[in-house]
Amino acid sequence: MANLPSNPAHPTQASLMLSVKQQLGEFQLAATLDLPGRGVTGLFGASGSGKTSLLRLIAGLDKSAEGSIHLGDRALLDTRRGVFIPPHRRRIGVVFQEARLFPHYRVRGNLTYGMPRHAESRFDEIIELLGIEALLERMPGTLSGGEARRVAIGRALLSDPQLLLMDEPLTGLDGARKEELLRYITRLTQQVDIPVVYVSHDPEEISAIADHLVLMNKGQVQASGSLGTLLQRFDLTHQLGGFDAASLLEGEVVAHEEAYGLTHLALDCDHQLVLPGTSAPLGRRLRVRILARDIALALTPPAHTSYRNQLNATISDFTILPEAPYTVELRLSIGTFTLRARLTRKSWDEMGLKQGMQVTALIRSVSFNAL
Amino acid sequence: MTLSPAEWEAIRLSLLIGLAAVAWILPPGIAVAWWLARHEFRGKAIVDGLIHLPLVLPPVVVGYLLLVALGRQGVIGQWLYSTLGISLPFTWQGAAVASGVMAFPLLVRALRLSLEAVDPKLEAAASTLGASRWRIFTTITLPLAVPGLLTGTVLAFARALSEFGATITFASNIPGETRTLPLALYTLIQTPGQEATAARLCIIAIVIALLSLIASEWLARRTRQRLQERDG
Repeated sequence: MANLPSNPAHPTQASLMLSVKQQLGEFQLAATLDLPGRGVTGLFGASGSGKTSLLRLIAGLDKSAEGSIHLGDRALLDTRRGVFIPPHRRRIGVVFQEARLFPHYRVRGNLTYGMPRHAESRFDEIIELLGIEALLERMPGTLSGGEARRVAIGRALLSDPQLLLMDEPLTGLDGARKEELLRYITRLTQQVDIPVVYVSHDPEEISAIADHLVLMNKGQVQASGSLGTLLQRFDLTHQLGGFDAASLLEGEVVAHEEAYGLTHLALDCDHQLVLPGTSAPLGRRLRVRILARDIALALTPPAHTSYRNQLNATISDFTILPEAPYTVELRLSIGTFTLRARLTRKSWDEMGLKQGMQVTALIRSVSFNAL
Repeated sequence: MTLSPAEWEAIRLSLLIGLAAVAWILPPGIAVAWWLARHEFRGKAIVDGLIHLPLVLPPVVVGYLLLVALGRQGVIGQWLYSTLGISLPFTWQGAAVASGVMAFPLLVRALRLSLEAVDPKLEAAASTLGASRWRIFTTITLPLAVPGLLTGTVLAFARALSEFGATITFASNIPGETRTLPLALYTLIQTPGQEATAARLCIIAIVIALLSLIASEWLARRTRQRLQERDG
């Protein structure tokens, strides 16, 4: 994938390390995190869990915290040593919930507001990536919600940040606009070479975009790890409830069946999935989200079935969650992948399923959620 | 209607003193308005009250206080005269100081309201884009407060133009130096047989005041429109 020319001023990506405490009304925000220097970190939690407050602390927009924040080898905050770098010297781009465009500048003026000279060469590439070439001479008041967000994202990127923070950038957009902007953001995060922290309370957004997940609850970090790993954890099923117990699989587009509108996705050399046709070109890597409840199990491969996908799997693990006593949560290993599935207790007992058993996992083609 | 040289002189002096007054109060006026709009501090009400004092005090009191402070024997005036050789009383510059002090609260009031209406979220966004406080103020805050700045400036100008009490107390009524339009009018009224000339000056004063109000309204509307420009 073509990366934008990286800026010589900071050739290495900076990872974010923080350990902060802040009193927030009823609860205390207390977070210790060490985030990777590349990829997208989803900051997930219910409203009021402290996501936005944490973001403000990282950006330096709120001074009332104790602790330390480091971006790469730079100390942004270290209350013990009396260090507080003001926001304008942190080199952290922020995309706010509202676009916050400057109403008295044209789109072009907004985009170049924070642009240092050495970032000028990226201007054309970024506006093309965001599809805002045609908007340059417009005033912000004339833009639609989705257009304004895209300009705000471009503006933040052109300020040449070392870290990009996005605070629920899809808030207030309707379904179609939301999907469109999410596509732009996904594309962008794959091509821009800086780490991104993406705040959201929407599981769909997070699973579309994040590589790493931080789960927040009442001001505390409840779990932090790669998104795929956290989604496999039974103990987080309730907290990640909105995620609807799903698995993420990634594969490469290897064939299109135009006549039936189907796309073949190779997970590895032994395993392929058939999913509803997409316009993705051959060779493109796609992420698919498979809901646990969309998977059925069979003891032997059924001969006549409408299930397009039949994969040989081993039951690697299972549990019965106290909050759902009549369903069984299980993990299946398929080659090198893990898939979550959910069965009724009755099916589990009648089929005599056990840990370590060989089964066939059946996945309907239509249940794919290509992102 | 042709104007006599004395009338021209009064108009010229009024405009000169009005402009000079606005020019010197603009920098401190902007600073004070911004400070009041963006900061909470102990004793803010007192500072606010002090700034508004010239609006409610008899102008003669302001003129007298200026004499005490800036007169040649005054606390600051003595220093001004001995070190810089500047003497303000009985000069047009002194008249500009007096009318500026009287106009100051009008400027600060209008500007402060406008600055308070500027969304601090935009300023926060600018800071994350690398803008220093000074750059944020000059590129975001002040430009968005231009309608208030214009209204305040025109109000202050009109007030300075028509200032009477403080000016006559501090700078006296000297033809060609400090005799502005209101002072000329006052002199004419005191002089028997000059009723017609007084009436003419009165009309001129009304015309100038109206023109500046219309100009301010027009400018403010234009800026608002520019801020909300829509296509089609």
